[in-house]
Amino acid sequence: MAELLAIEGLQAGYGATEILRGIDLAVNENEIVAVLGSNGAGKSTLNRAISGVLPPWRGTIRFEGKAIERARPSAIVAQGLIHVPEGRRIFPNMTVAENLDLGCYARARARRAENRARVFGIFPRLAERQAQSAGTLSGGEQQMLAIGRGLMAEPKLLILDEPSLGLSPKLVEELFALIQRINAQGIALLLVEQNVMQSLEVARRAYVLDNGAIVLQGSAADVRDDPDLKRAYLGM
Amino acid sequence: MLSPIILVPAVLNGLLTGAVYALVALGLTLIYGVLHIINFAHGALLTCAMFAAFFAHRLLGLDPYLAALGLTPVFFCLGYGLQRFVIGPAAHGEDRNILLVTLGLAVVIENALLYAFRADTRTINLPYGFDVVEVGPAFLSVPRVIGFGVVIAVALALWLIMRFTDTGKAIRAVAREKLGAELSGIDVAHIYAVTFGLGTACLAIAACLLLPTYYVNPHAGNAFVLIAFTIVVLGGMGSVAGALLGGLIIGVVESLSGLYLGESLGQVGIFIIFILVLLFRPSGLFGERA
Ligand SMILES: Nc1ncnc2c1ncn2[C@@H]1O[C@H](COP(=O)(O)OP(=O)(O)O)[C@@H](O)[C@H]1O
Ligand SMILES: [Mg+2]
Repeated sequence: MAELLAIEGLQAGYGATEILRGIDLAVNENEIVAVLGSNGAGKSTLNRAISGVLPPWRGTIRFEGKAIERARPSAIVAQGLIHVPEGRRIFPNMTVAENLDLGCYARARARRAENRARVFGIFPRLAERQAQSAGTLSGGEQQMLAIGRGLMAEPKLLILDEPSLGLSPKLVEELFALIQRINAQGIALLLVEQNVMQSLEVARRAYVLDNGAIVLQGSAADVRDDPDLKRAYLGM
Repeated sequence: MLSPIILVPAVLNGLLTGAVYALVALGLTLIYGVLHIINFAHGALLTCAMFAAFFAHRLLGLDPYLAALGLTPVFFCLGYGLQRFVIGPAAHGEDRNILLVTLGLAVVIENALLYAFRADTRTINLPYGFDVVEVGPAFLSVPRVIGFGVVIAVALALWLIMRFTDTGKAIRAVAREKLGAELSGIDVAHIYAVTFGLGTACLAIAACLLLPTYYVNPHAGNAFVLIAFTIVVLGGMGSVAGALLGGLIIGVVESLSGLYLGESLGQVGIFIIFILVLLFRPSGLFGERA
């Protein structure tokens, strides 16, 4: 199976504070990879470094074989690596349709109408609310919109950062079903989640991050059965 | 109370003056709304545009309205370049630095103009400069009526750009959600520069509308920017509709307070409004509450 994303020796941080202390991580084509870790472990920082909004200090990031660790976020999006950030970050002052359209800004612009129809097929709820201002959507709908906006760019790799945050248990259930459906369309996913057990059910492989370093990795089943998982790294 | 014979012309003239104020304010509020900075170089750039229009007429014999067609894209590019290659890189992402950079830019531009053209005040003579048109009880200056129409057209064009073009949507996206925009593939540095360019282009148009009836010297732009700042606060920081309406209101207030308090005190009314707005409605007419 071909490597889609390959990260080696990644170091990054804010100001003078180092957060990521040498990360090695890979995502293969068509794979769901879970990144687990307690609050403040550095998961979102890792996502920011991959998508270029936080320039890495050291290390390499290759996407489809091309080095992207010095690329601008817009160039990384244009290559098909899409990061749906923690906290959704939709455009609250714009309509649902406008939010989706902006997902095609740097990529797949010519197929905007088809992609919109595809997203509405996945999220019928968004179709009903096309003309509504995104800021007035419920939390669950906003999360759908954020993922929908990411899908508009025809991602090869989709990074989801805590997509289940703030959703009701029923919606979380739906979300994990959706993640599998997206993956079935041939899209690889890097899934950052607090819902450890559900994530390990859908993922093929997993990494556990603690204090900016990877402390456990392997197949989802191995990670799930590791005696150290809950006790040491997830603070449970 | 004054009779309508005096009041109506004062209001109409106030609207005409206010329209040009609104255009200057439009540029300021656009830049504030997206970059979240106050562009202290706005006045100096307006002065630059007025000199450009002046010399386009003096040296090339270009009518200011014709010159606007050329100066608008030139000033768009100037604004784009300033933000992309000077202000942006010099700021290192800190708003405080941007403030200082635009302030420094203003000082440099003003002194360069003073050095090149001295403090002399210049005007141009146009065959239609003193033409008037009769509207009810009022005689209105033809160049200022044209100016009013152009400002409305520019505001409409800006609104259409913001609402319907990809770039306009990207500008609105960056204004409210920078990280979300970046992760959607929008090049934020480019959008910042486009916005700064649009704001600067507004100044080129304003300068060409002013020149037929106004003078130019190295400080000419500052008076307008002080008023434009009041308008931006009145209309709501960052609101395009607010800038337009605020500009018209301020124009009328200035005209009426000139009428009641005497010509030299016309601007007192403006600053009373400024203080009242800050006291009672700091978010302005169209401003979003925090
Ligand atoms: N913008 C920032 N500036 C400074 N420190 C930050 C910033 N964002 C996160 N951090 C710090 O980096 C560490 C990792 O945070 P984050 O990557 O958000 O963790 P996680 O997503 O795993 O909860 C935390 O200690 C956090 O306080
Ligand atoms: Mg996080």
